[in-house]
Amino acid sequence: MADQDVRAAAPAANARSHDDGHTHGASCKQGCATHTNHESLGAIDASALISARGLGLVRNGRDLLDGIDIDIHKREIVTLIGPNGAGKTTLVRLLLGLETPDRGELRRQADMRIGYVPQRFEVDAVIPMTVERFPQLGGEASAARIGAILDEVGAGHTRHQQLSQLSGGELQRVVLARALLRDPDLLVLDEPVQGIDYSGEAELYNLIARLRDERGFGVLLVSHDLHIVMARSDRVVCLNRHVCCSGVPETVAQHPAYTRLFGAEAARAFAVYRHQHDHSHDIAGVPHAAESTAAPRSTPAGDERA
Amino acid sequence: MLEPFLVRAIVAGLALAVVAAPLGCFVIWQRMAYFGETVAQASLIGVALSLALRLDITVGVVVIAVVVAFLLLWFGRQQVVALDSVLGLLHHAALATGVIAMSMLKGPPVDLLGFLFGDVFAVTTGDIAWIAGGGAVVLAIVAWLWQPLLSLAVHEDLAAAEGIDRRHVRAIFTILLAVTIAVAMKIVGVLLVMAFLVVPAVAARPLAGSPERMVLLTAAVAAASVVLGLALSATIDSPGGPSIVIVMSLAAAVSLTAAGFIRRR
Repeated sequence: MADQDVRAAAPAANARSHDDGHTHGASCKQGCATHTNHESLGAIDASALISARGLGLVRNGRDLLDGIDIDIHKREIVTLIGPNGAGKTTLVRLLLGLETPDRGELRRQADMRIGYVPQRFEVDAVIPMTVERFPQLGGEASAARIGAILDEVGAGHTRHQQLSQLSGGELQRVVLARALLRDPDLLVLDEPVQGIDYSGEAELYNLIARLRDERGFGVLLVSHDLHIVMARSDRVVCLNRHVCCSGVPETVAQHPAYTRLFGAEAARAFAVYRHQHDHSHDIAGVPHAAESTAAPRSTPAGDERA
Repeated sequence: MLEPFLVRAIVAGLALAVVAAPLGCFVIWQRMAYFGETVAQASLIGVALSLALRLDITVGVVVIAVVVAFLLLWFGRQQVVALDSVLGLLHHAALATGVIAMSMLKGPPVDLLGFLFGDVFAVTTGDIAWIAGGGAVVLAIVAWLWQPLLSLAVHEDLAAAEGIDRRHVRAIFTILLAVTIAVAMKIVGVLLVMAFLVVPAVAARPLAGSPERMVLLTAAVAAASVVLGLALSATIDSPGGPSIVIVMSLAAAVSLTAAGFIRRR
């Protein structure tokens, strides 16, 4: 099952790259640090959930983002990677309409339901709010459904607690539950596994991928956990204030710009992980804990966590 | 039996207690106490203008409060200094301007203390009609916008990403707050209005497990404080508005202290 996710990705990405006139899933420019020969994806993609061309944001006279082209389609997991300060969260905020771009074109499908898990969810203890009540702020949901989703994201035990009593990891799971309960067309996850340990992380990504298969929503994922995430993605966009390279995970991982950004070891760790991942699954399609965590744990030197 | 002026004071105070409860909760949920304080103290300018132009004072105060509130919202969009710090200065400036404006009024002397601290025993039937009528409208709008308001208060970005029009909702809330302040000013004066909104909400917080319960408890604390405060005032002949606020503050102190001890155990 997990394999299908990855394999299904390649044709989809290829089909699009055909439209766009690219030769393969990855459209990469040499020299990520410089931004000279920008390749455009062409016109706005009306079939995409979100389509952006040439997005730029200037703050205090500095380009935080420049010339960003990105499309997110239904059923597609697009992962945004990049070093600290690359503008990942800023781009997410632009795409969500939380900030207005200074340049470029942004088209969001009308009446699109968005489920959002922000990077840092800080709860103000001054508002009394139970875990069970919190998802209802995002839309109507029956108690049974809320309970089921909380169980699925692994936060069932917190159901009757106050939000302000939760740990960071529990809170992230509860916010994810709220996002899923909205029956989103697009799920936007900004570093959704902060405060969640490695086995929990793999479980959550498996859950998201499975729900994507079942419900067909698009996923925009921001992460610096390269290994697990990239294997789960249909397309990876490598960002450093502009799009350095993008495409299917395999090609991005081998691209020089990616290696420059994250270090050679990152590419190797990814390759090793993919190899193990292809061959070892339990019945539910979940990679065995020992193998799924072995490679990722050796956090590569270029990872922004380091 | 009770004197008519005392009955009017109690009725007006109870009505205000109910109207102010949801507003007070949202003010502390959104950390807008200084914002409200500045709007309240600026409304003295509205009083002076109304007296000078011979307008209805409530109308004048509502207009000035709304204008000041929107200026503050607009000013809050600058990102050089935190709005809270600016408001810490501005509410003094607003009060000073108001007091100077009052002092420059020609004609019969005005009761400045009455505007600063309220004159609950001078409340007329017309004032009660304002509080009840205006309050009913405010409550109806709060009820209508309850879900988006609450969603924004819990997490603004999340609510906005989910499609809530935050500017729209915030603008409406700002108007509601300004109207409530203008109406409440008659009872507790510009200096104590925000206390009337905020202190009962603070007292209610440790006792509440849901936002709705917190609003109900806030109203209950405020209503009890009105009755006890006015009783205190009648007994020891103290000013009405400040007596109510003192009772509220005691309630908040007891509630917070008790919550602190319970949590420590």
